[in-house]
Amino acid sequence: MNPDTAESMPLSRVQHLVPAAAVLALALIVAWVSFTREPSEAFLFPRMIASVMLLLALWNFIRASLGLARVGDGLTRKGVGAITPGLCVIVLLVYVAARYLGFYSASWLAFLSIYSLYDPASHTLFAVWVKRVLITTAFLSVIYALFSLLLQVQTPRGLFI
Amino acid sequence: MEFLQHFGGVFEPLSFMLLLGGTIGGLILGATPGLSPTMAVALLIPFTFQLPATQGLILLGAAYTATVAGGAVSAILLKIPGAPANIATSLDGHAMASTGRGTQALHVSFLASGVGGVVGVLLLIFLTPVLSRWALAFGPSHLFWMAILGVTVIGSLDSRSFVKGLLSGCLGLWLSMIGYDDIQGAQRFIFHDSLTGGVNIITALIGIFAIPQVIEMLARGRCEHKVSTVSVHRQSLLESLKLLLANGRALSIGTFVGSIIGLIPGVGGQIAGLLAYDQTRKFSNDPDSFGKGNPAGVIAAESANNAMVGPSLVPLLTLSIPGSPTAAVLLGGLLIHGIFPGSDLFDNYPDVAWTFINSMLIGQILMVIFGIWVASHAARVAHVPPPIMAAAVTILALFGSYSVQQSMGDVYIMLALGVGMYLLEKVGFSAAPLVLGLILGPIAEANFIQGSMIANAMNGPAEYFLSGTLNLLLLILVLASIGWSFFSTHLANRRARNLSNTAEVSLES
Repeated sequence: MNPDTAESMPLSRVQHLVPAAAVLALALIVAWVSFTREPSEAFLFPRMIASVMLLLALWNFIRASLGLARVGDGLTRKGVGAITPGLCVIVLLVYVAARYLGFYSASWLAFLSIYSLYDPASHTLFAVWVKRVLITTAFLSVIYALFSLLLQVQTPRGLFI
Repeated sequence: MEFLQHFGGVFEPLSFMLLLGGTIGGLILGATPGLSPTMAVALLIPFTFQLPATQGLILLGAAYTATVAGGAVSAILLKIPGAPANIATSLDGHAMASTGRGTQALHVSFLASGVGGVVGVLLLIFLTPVLSRWALAFGPSHLFWMAILGVTVIGSLDSRSFVKGLLSGCLGLWLSMIGYDDIQGAQRFIFHDSLTGGVNIITALIGIFAIPQVIEMLARGRCEHKVSTVSVHRQSLLESLKLLLANGRALSIGTFVGSIIGLIPGVGGQIAGLLAYDQTRKFSNDPDSFGKGNPAGVIAAESANNAMVGPSLVPLLTLSIPGSPTAAVLLGGLLIHGIFPGSDLFDNYPDVAWTFINSMLIGQILMVIFGIWVASHAARVAHVPPPIMAAAVTILALFGSYSVQQSMGDVYIMLALGVGMYLLEKVGFSAAPLVLGLILGPIAEANFIQGSMIANAMNGPAEYFLSGTLNLLLLILVLASIGWSFFSTHLANRRARNLSNTAEVSLES
């Protein structure tokens, strides 16, 4: 039986093979940890799951190797190019800026950066930047009111809040 | 008909104001990613300290009902389920919103929630004594089979690939095992400090559903966006009502499944929506349309997750056993007012118990009214340009995941899961089976371990897990579910092959 249905989109074999290999590698690690770590009672259920996962990952990998896997629309070079700046901003916010600037300040910067990076409006117009800053500030004010004032969530502080 | 004598208590000024406030606040909190019904009720408990017991419970009950339904708003408009209960809603709800039927999706979602909720509360009122005995019949072996039944749904939730659906489910089950083992206290799969506390379900939900959406918006790049991510036009409520009635089968399945699941302590309302969605799809004449904007998917999911609210309180009010995590928090709310639920609750505190239950019935109606009002204003969300939407969802996801346990570790996990899910989705894996695995993992494992211990003290696992009417019935359901998933995938493949053959023949001629 062919487990993939025909709604599949054509996608290169390499694009299927790489993630299938990654999932297989993960399944191998999970199985290895489950069957080697002690106490064995704590890994009874993980062993059951790891075995099934390994079998399925192997099946998935074989299908990908034989070119039988067809589901998915894959990544395009253009798409990756578009995603990268925004994703870098998010990663910088989470791992660096939140710690040194404070959660709210970093979020303010991240919102403004993502908005500006992907906004089709001209970057050279002063009015456009004023609009961006106002929208960013308004949104973060609502977030502050909801999380800090209403729900009393304590966020990490750095140089600022 | 004792409950009718206590209806007046709901309409006392303070009670009604709290009911109204709890409903509106609950809808807003439910629509906020990261704020689950459990968290919303827990956040409100301190406000009930100063209130009399009845009013305090009215506030908590209204918030519980409304947050479950409110989660549908973000599930439909942003594809971020407000709570695990709304995962199934996002599958068809967001597809409806993407094709200009956002208001209709919200209308049917609140109407179905209202119907399911009212039936659930009526069950609570009329069948509490009977249902509580039935709920007690569920032991570890039955709960284990229930969880396995949920796992079998995984394969058919992903309509594109049965293998990848099951593999996604296994990944979810593995994620649920990360952290400390509950019984032995052993460390399992802790590859980084952030994983010490395990993967929180709310954190995972936000990452798995919100981040791929953000990345998808970013992938469009810096270009003129004439079309927004969702489109919400004014649509007639009457049309939505007709649509709801036309999908009576989905409504019935959702309400029935939700009521039964809600009643079983420990299974939790999270899977009610997914199970109802799956059953509706299996019984549908057009299963391929699910996930592409079929209103039956929204109706089944939402009626189920609100129908489980009433029955989930049956074991709580009669046996002191919370049927869901939110019911456990409600138990705390009862205890701080010196009320100990149990079989004599309705004898010792009839005014508190019946006024609370009646308020939930009225709360369902208020929830529908305010939900529909929310739907009429949802068009504003649809007009937000994608760059602002992407930035806003990112920040909401970060704050939502951070606020769960006030931990940066949760933010790291959320982001890693989100990026990973985006990449997996690109090669045909699905988010819904992964999340279902994550939810069902702890239930399946806890009951498997408990069942194994009991079985060792008895005649062995085979007899414990495979004997008794309920065990056998659940086992048959599990086998039927697997068989149906294989059969439906096989049918879909054959249909697809026939279609491609027909296309080739017509091209040649």
